[in-house]
Amino acid sequence: MQKKLMRGNQAAGEGAIRAGCRFFFGYPITPQNELFEHMAERLPEVGGTFLQSESELSGIHMMMGASAGGGRCMSSSSGPGFALMGEGLTTLAAAELPAVVVCVSRAGPGLGRIASSQSEYRLATRGGGHGDYQCPVFGPASSQELYELTYTAFDVADTYRNPVIVLSDAILGQMMEPVSLDARRSMAPPSRRWAVHGKGDLPRKVIKAAPHTDEALIELNRKLKAKYDTMRSRLQRYESFHTEDASIVIVAFGSSARIAYDALKAARMDRIPVGLFRPISLWPFPEDALKHLAARGARKFLVVEANNGQMVEDVRLSICGQADVHHYGVGGGHVFSPDEILNEVRQLHHE
Amino acid sequence: MNKEMEKVVGLPDAMTDVPFPYCPGCSHGIIHRLVAEVMDELHVTRRAIGITSAGCSVRNWRQFDCDMVMSLHGRGPAVATGLKRAQPNAVVFTYQGDGDMAAIGTGEIVHAASRCERITVIYVNNGVFGATGGQQAPTTLIGEKTTSYPAGRDPRTSGYPLKMAELLAQVAPDSFIARMAVHDVKHVRKTKQAIRQAFEIQLRGEGFGLVEILAACPTNWKMDARQCMEKIRRDIVPHFPLGVFSSRTS
Repeated sequence: MQKKLMRGNQAAGEGAIRAGCRFFFGYPITPQNELFEHMAERLPEVGGTFLQSESELSGIHMMMGASAGGGRCMSSSSGPGFALMGEGLTTLAAAELPAVVVCVSRAGPGLGRIASSQSEYRLATRGGGHGDYQCPVFGPASSQELYELTYTAFDVADTYRNPVIVLSDAILGQMMEPVSLDARRSMAPPSRRWAVHGKGDLPRKVIKAAPHTDEALIELNRKLKAKYDTMRSRLQRYESFHTEDASIVIVAFGSSARIAYDALKAARMDRIPVGLFRPISLWPFPEDALKHLAARGARKFLVVEANNGQMVEDVRLSICGQADVHHYGVGGGHVFSPDEILNEVRQLHHE
Repeated sequence: MNKEMEKVVGLPDAMTDVPFPYCPGCSHGIIHRLVAEVMDELHVTRRAIGITSAGCSVRNWRQFDCDMVMSLHGRGPAVATGLKRAQPNAVVFTYQGDGDMAAIGTGEIVHAASRCERITVIYVNNGVFGATGGQQAPTTLIGEKTTSYPAGRDPRTSGYPLKMAELLAQVAPDSFIARMAVHDVKHVRKTKQAIRQAFEIQLRGEGFGLVEILAACPTNWKMDARQCMEKIRRDIVPHFPLGVFSSRTS
């Protein structure tokens, strides 16, 4: 088993290369730069194209062109740059073009600071741009998972012909961990019959960002909704720890889940019946499994996230009043200690 | 076709027979035809990919009989960049208006030009936002009345007309960049020649091609086609001089 010590950012980049990604368009922004630089180094080695765009706005539209031309492509960014990509993400979704975007979150709002946060949860899971559309969103929690889920994101993007977002953060992006590269095999980019390359002897193809009539736009929305419903039923992913007998369940994703796991171990030493539920797909949110936990007897859910309360909305919608939902979060770049999460758990236990 | 029969008039092969959606007297019809004729003459239709932009010409995916990709407001050159990198053998062109390219799309076009992307840009300058109903464009002449500045363009509050051909020639060392007009037959012919050169530099793999074309918008200028042509000659050409601003490769 080949293991390599890698930053999460590099692991995501290597996952993309193994998945056959041959085009990267992006703009420097901390804390995603190591991913961008990994692609700058690796893509020429595999005959791919790295292009530093003049903005994230331009970069996401370059992706649209490369994807329309049949290339597997990726971009990465953080807070302000990710927000700029909204216009392109909705256009890719409308044109049904696959693409992968990795967002390495930093603290906002506004220019914010480069400290880690999970404040892009809402932006990512609600699509990122205007109009009715969805992007599958994965929330990895380690370098290994950044490697594997970024790889998987390309297949999901091609399966559904839709952009896919990998939501990382500064802690995961910067942290070095061993990555088993053998976990994923190198693959060649798939061929895409719908791509444009000049009509040749065939009927011409048009990749549309909008249909031509009012009726056709309603029809496209119907078609997209059916696709999103399929994604919703097929793409829910999660991991749970000690939830079988838990009356209190911590819900956390990404780096917060890693810290919450330490709090869980300490709480279990104190014989507090606490479990951890970690959503891996953030959209679709793993609502079925969470609902099941509430039905099976978990009375209190503690949502821990590095923001002012974003994923907690999805937890409330999933639990639908069947149990108490509490939130513990700090926005602006605070890094949790296991002890502060443990304190919250203790308080809930004694209430 | 019978060998003795030579086609002397008719639709270019690179054009569909879908009727134009444009207003009477609009220059898009002439310019579409010139682009299609050049594609025929250079035999590139089978490997051409056109990119539409936002505005009246968004509909032109129905007019060119080649592969087409729609792009959003001003983003055409970015889409063209990605597409050309993915399909280097394709002949990639964008077709953009001034409200699209010279306003919201300045970032994309300036950097596509400075990278000397091997693409061709057809840039139609009629000095107004057409599709949205006649608002001021970055190219609107001083004093011109529009729906957003009904008292006329005043440089003290809304700046000066933007000369894109000159600006882009400054940043694109390997390029063919020209400004032409379609207000009379002589200039229509010259415009076609420039469009051809803007495609040829891409075909030779040498650089970036762009033709700015001074065009009429009778509906928003509130005059008939003949008056529009006269206005281009009398008022617009003196401010936006015609000519080739870059024709070189390093």
